[in-house]
Amino acid sequence: MTKQDFGVIGTGLVIGVLGSLLVLWGNPGNMGYCVACFLRDIAGSLGVHRAGVVQYLRPEVIGTVLGGMVAAIAFREFRPRGGSAPLTRFILGMMVVIGALMFLGCPLRAVLRLGGGDLNAVTGLLGLVAGVLAGVQLLKRGFNLGRSRRVAAIHGWLFPGFVLLLLVLALGGFVAGKDAALFFSQKGPGSQHAPLLVSLGAGLLIGFLAQRSRFCLVGGVRDAFVIKDFYLLKGLLAVFVGVTLTNLALGFVNVGFTGQPIAHTQHVWNFLGLGLVGLASTLIGGCPFRQLVLAGEGDADAGAAILGMLAGAAVAHNFLTAAAATGTTLNGQIALVGALVITLLIGLTAREA
Amino acid sequence: MVLELDFRGLSCPLPVMRTKEALTGKPAGEVLIWVDAAAPKQNVTRFLTSQGYTVTVAEENGCDVRLSARKG
Repeated sequence: MTKQDFGVIGTGLVIGVLGSLLVLWGNPGNMGYCVACFLRDIAGSLGVHRAGVVQYLRPEVIGTVLGGMVAAIAFREFRPRGGSAPLTRFILGMMVVIGALMFLGCPLRAVLRLGGGDLNAVTGLLGLVAGVLAGVQLLKRGFNLGRSRRVAAIHGWLFPGFVLLLLVLALGGFVAGKDAALFFSQKGPGSQHAPLLVSLGAGLLIGFLAQRSRFCLVGGVRDAFVIKDFYLLKGLLAVFVGVTLTNLALGFVNVGFTGQPIAHTQHVWNFLGLGLVGLASTLIGGCPFRQLVLAGEGDADAGAAILGMLAGAAVAHNFLTAAAATGTTLNGQIALVGALVITLLIGLTAREA
Repeated sequence: MVLELDFRGLSCPLPVMRTKEALTGKPAGEVLIWVDAAAPKQNVTRFLTSQGYTVTVAEENGCDVRLSARKG
């Protein structure tokens, strides 16, 4: 075990333990932390979609970006950079979330779901591996979104600035007793949340640690297959260990396919949903969680991908493509196939000019 | 001749994938690799070390890092 290994395993354990504790403190079942779900809730809170049950300005996401930013500044790694196909990254970010909202979770929630005994996560994670492997094949064929370069500081600060604005809105809504400028669910998953400052603190800690350890779930699967480097995979496994042990201690484990919180049992769509997430995330260089941390480090391209994820979440709910505990919709099945085609088209044709 | 590779600005995992491609079948010697972010610096270094290279930082200018890897 190297010092680096301790860092990434520690990050994974903290994420796993907090992933369980945040449920205890109020977040939805097996959803202590989920980038796709929480960006969807943020989109709802800002009124970009009007699905009343999934609207909340999730402070965990705000905290993660700001925690990554603080760590990057403290360790002199904050570096404004951009210019690597931001529009294409925006579109791929949309595709990531359309896939994630078919499975009902990002790769991180998949691991948290597994740690709660939800076996549908196995199907999803198999899809994730398949998607990552497909993405790696595209990289080997020459896929490349082009080089980023150093840019003027303002470009790197725009996304952290946007997140700081969200923080002001969240704190403002908190102080004023949920201001009418924002939407907050009165029922459903959006109404279930840990206390604001607890969520924010958890996000800050997770973002800080993840910036230091370069934690990435898609990277974990990818590097294990491509270069037999298991560094990031150790982080993923540590999340599973941390969440499983904490869930066992809290009595949150319920092993099976049915009756799982915010999950459905349509295996093909769970597989394809996270498959699309794995594919599109590989093309943008990391999982949704990693994009949050990169954006906090001044990576404007990662910021573009996250804005795409917010837009994708809005599309998923405005066009009724998102799955629910009752299952997928026909709209969702059509959107998923369309999103796979668009992602493959980009993957097969984007080359470094 | 010393092989010099420039992977600055490339998204993960391209720096480490291209390092692997460039070194496949290469006889022992020295290779210089430019990266410009901490994640590729670490995973390129881990990969090279696993392949029997000794890796040192030859030059560092802010986030631009030139790694020197030697084998044999």
